[in-house]
Amino acid sequence: MPETIAFLEPKQSVLARRHQIAEDLADILPAGCLISEKRGLVPFETDAFIAYRQVPLAVALPETTAQVAAVLKYCSRYGIPVVPRGAGTSLSGGAIPQSDAVVIGLSKMSRILDIDFANRSATVQAGVTNINISEAVSADGFFYAPDPSSQLACTIGGNIGMNSGGAHCLKYGVTTNNLLGVKMVLFDGTVIELGGKALDAPGYDLLGLVCGSEGQLGIVTEATVRLLAKPEGTRPVLFGFMSSEEAGSCVAEIIGSGIIPVAIEFMDKPAIGICEAFAQAGYPMDVEALLIIEVEGSEAEMEAMLASIIDIARRHGVKTIRESQSATEAALIWKGRKSAFGATGRIADYICMDGTVPLSQLSYVLKKTAEIIDGYGLRVANVFHAGDGNMHPLILYNINDPEDAARAEAAGNDILRLCVDAGGCLTGEHGVGIEKRDLMLHQFTQIDLNQQMAARAAFDPQWIMNPSKVFPLEGRPVA
Amino acid sequence: MSMDFEPTSEMEAADIIRQAAGAGMALAITGGGTRSGFGNRVRGEQVLTARKLSGIVSYNPAEMTMSAKAGTPMVEIEAALAGNRQMLAFEPMDHRGVMATSGEPTIGGVFAANVSGPRRITAGAARDHLLGIRFVNGSGEAIKSGGRVMKNVTGLDLVKLFCGSHGTLGLLTEVTFKVLPLPPAAATIVAFGLDDAQAAAAMAHALSMPVEVSGAAHLTESVRYRFVGSSHPEGAATVLRVEGLPASVAVRAEKLKAAFAQVAPATVLDHEATEKLWRDIRDVKPYADGTQKPLWRVSVAPTAGHQLVAALRLQTGVDAFYDWQGGLVWLRMEADAEADVLRRFIKGLGGGHATLVRASDAVRAAIPAFEQEPASVMALSARIKEKFDPKGIFNPGKMG
Repeated sequence: MPETIAFLEPKQSVLARRHQIAEDLADILPAGCLISEKRGLVPFETDAFIAYRQVPLAVALPETTAQVAAVLKYCSRYGIPVVPRGAGTSLSGGAIPQSDAVVIGLSKMSRILDIDFANRSATVQAGVTNINISEAVSADGFFYAPDPSSQLACTIGGNIGMNSGGAHCLKYGVTTNNLLGVKMVLFDGTVIELGGKALDAPGYDLLGLVCGSEGQLGIVTEATVRLLAKPEGTRPVLFGFMSSEEAGSCVAEIIGSGIIPVAIEFMDKPAIGICEAFAQAGYPMDVEALLIIEVEGSEAEMEAMLASIIDIARRHGVKTIRESQSATEAALIWKGRKSAFGATGRIADYICMDGTVPLSQLSYVLKKTAEIIDGYGLRVANVFHAGDGNMHPLILYNINDPEDAARAEAAGNDILRLCVDAGGCLTGEHGVGIEKRDLMLHQFTQIDLNQQMAARAAFDPQWIMNPSKVFPLEGRPVA
Repeated sequence: MSMDFEPTSEMEAADIIRQAAGAGMALAITGGGTRSGFGNRVRGEQVLTARKLSGIVSYNPAEMTMSAKAGTPMVEIEAALAGNRQMLAFEPMDHRGVMATSGEPTIGGVFAANVSGPRRITAGAARDHLLGIRFVNGSGEAIKSGGRVMKNVTGLDLVKLFCGSHGTLGLLTEVTFKVLPLPPAAATIVAFGLDDAQAAAAMAHALSMPVEVSGAAHLTESVRYRFVGSSHPEGAATVLRVEGLPASVAVRAEKLKAAFAQVAPATVLDHEATEKLWRDIRDVKPYADGTQKPLWRVSVAPTAGHQLVAALRLQTGVDAFYDWQGGLVWLRMEADAEADVLRRFIKGLGGGHATLVRASDAVRAAIPAFEQEPASVMALSARIKEKFDPKGIFNPGKMG
């Protein structure tokens, strides 16, 4: 396990009271809602950023907002760090606990509270999975747009924490663009509601600040999200190219021409091989780069848009074009793409980068990424949301070889600096977590970060909410 | 009041603000001043305007982003976009008509007031299109947040916080925002003679169809002739806009017309008429009437809008029409502003808020322009304000 990313020093005063804290929490929570035995805590020691692990002090699994409030009130009284957790699918370590922390898991709050088709909104508890929302409204012709690859498992609470995206946000936006309101609990147990079924709210846009705040401003327990009418039809089409540069410039021209498909996904040769072996989606194996471009609408609309896209692709030397001929084929194409991370995990350990770059820089950044990876003697698979420049190089390594792991981490950091230097940012949808925390000063000045930390302190003056994340440990305000 | 502060650079602005903070001098923050009707009266000792922080910094049509200094006039932005067949998809309203102001609106003012028009129901609000900002905080520090890429979750999203903060957290100096291609075709389906409740149901139905309605408004009988001429059937006009490729606009318009024709006489307006109609709706044309009759902008759940107006009509003289599928209600009071009644009814209908956008000075002095938040949220907002503007020098009183 690499040791380069530090956590805050555990508070000895909290560790010393471990048994008392467990007893007190047991009094606060109903039976079956607290884990404090070592063996039960281990499953909570990490998330999808598996290189780092910390066994927490205790795990609270409240069933109501009032119970969340009671636990937070208790923790703030004694200065106990709190780490919120949905399904634990964070790729940036956002849900990794620390040894002196109480994890508050929202998995028991998984009810859909209200579906309102006339106002096109759904109100759900934070532990509801992303896919559950779309499934609940699908028969009536609606869906919830943001679709992270982990949507079968990840929760709406986690999506709000990280402002999650997905393949289809090119057209429909990310979580923050589809969130109407939340009920949340502040560090001291105060319950507040922001937003609602109206399209905007009075006062400062605190909802916008909370979305993507990585569990540092409070714990969201309920969310009201926007529902959209499902399109008449959707069709993903595969475009194979003999070089990544051609695929990259094709993407730039499609967007530049004023066509905005629902999704433009990119895979390079290693990623194609990995995904095809897993999903047998019919991806072409004789190309260097693959674009999955999805269009939607009526049959005639899809035909018209595809015709324009095919014209552009031909100008960029496309070698293979394959339209899905059935719903089953379409589903397989997406299954391959969405299981890219899982399928990669079958052949090697990996860390997944998430930098975003301006579209004009795509080809350049891909080329430089390959050079960086070569320089460290590593392997990489690229699979990402090309339409909005959100790159996901998967750096393959061996987690049991400390030197290999250190190389992978160093290469990842180089790639993220490259993204920032190309005019982009460290993270497009996975969040900073612990993973990118120590790179924040590459994108921001200390003064920029001080202002963010000041805003954070307006919500959590004690700094007990997920405190090891996002902001570099040095340069924090003195408590 | 002496001469306005008109910095020409961010550094100069920072110097002015640092000195003002040192002296405890309250600053009234403005851009073009065309939206000065927003908020409560500012207790400012000196005006600080972003007007001379002007000019497009970068525009890359193929990347669909633009950066501009905060004081850049909207006409300059719109001309540059039109030259590349692009637009601000959130359709920012021009407030000069209803607020009886003059001068040039600025891009900074659009974002500072989070100004969004009819397309907000599908394209999102101004805040959904703002990608990055630069601002000077109340300590005179120049700060950036966000960036110039479409997806960015790096750090706390101060960009959203600034959008709609009405110059109370800092002076915006530069904004970077998303732009989108102009739709090559557009049409409006109009159904005549529906009452408010029927219109709400019809709009909800239209928004549930797979036709991507990009505007849904109900123009009540009293205002309808200001929008749609008398050559059409009588009564209120319920209007739905579709935009996109010509072939799909034609098909979608037919589908909507067929759905409407079952309940009311319906017609289709062409592209040109559509552009004019929605610009008029955006700018609240019937109430750009040169009067000081109290004008409210009410935001509620779409199906609550008509219930609110029905309840108000039993109590007071009110004229109203609806945008955003019924969720945005423009209310003109014939006499008193009726703030208490209005705000009580909104609460009773499940929540939302009312903003007073116009009234006489006397009325404005007596009524908080913005809806008060619950105490716990208000306390939080006050702490936020203190973290950006510790000396309380930016637009004091405006939002409070």
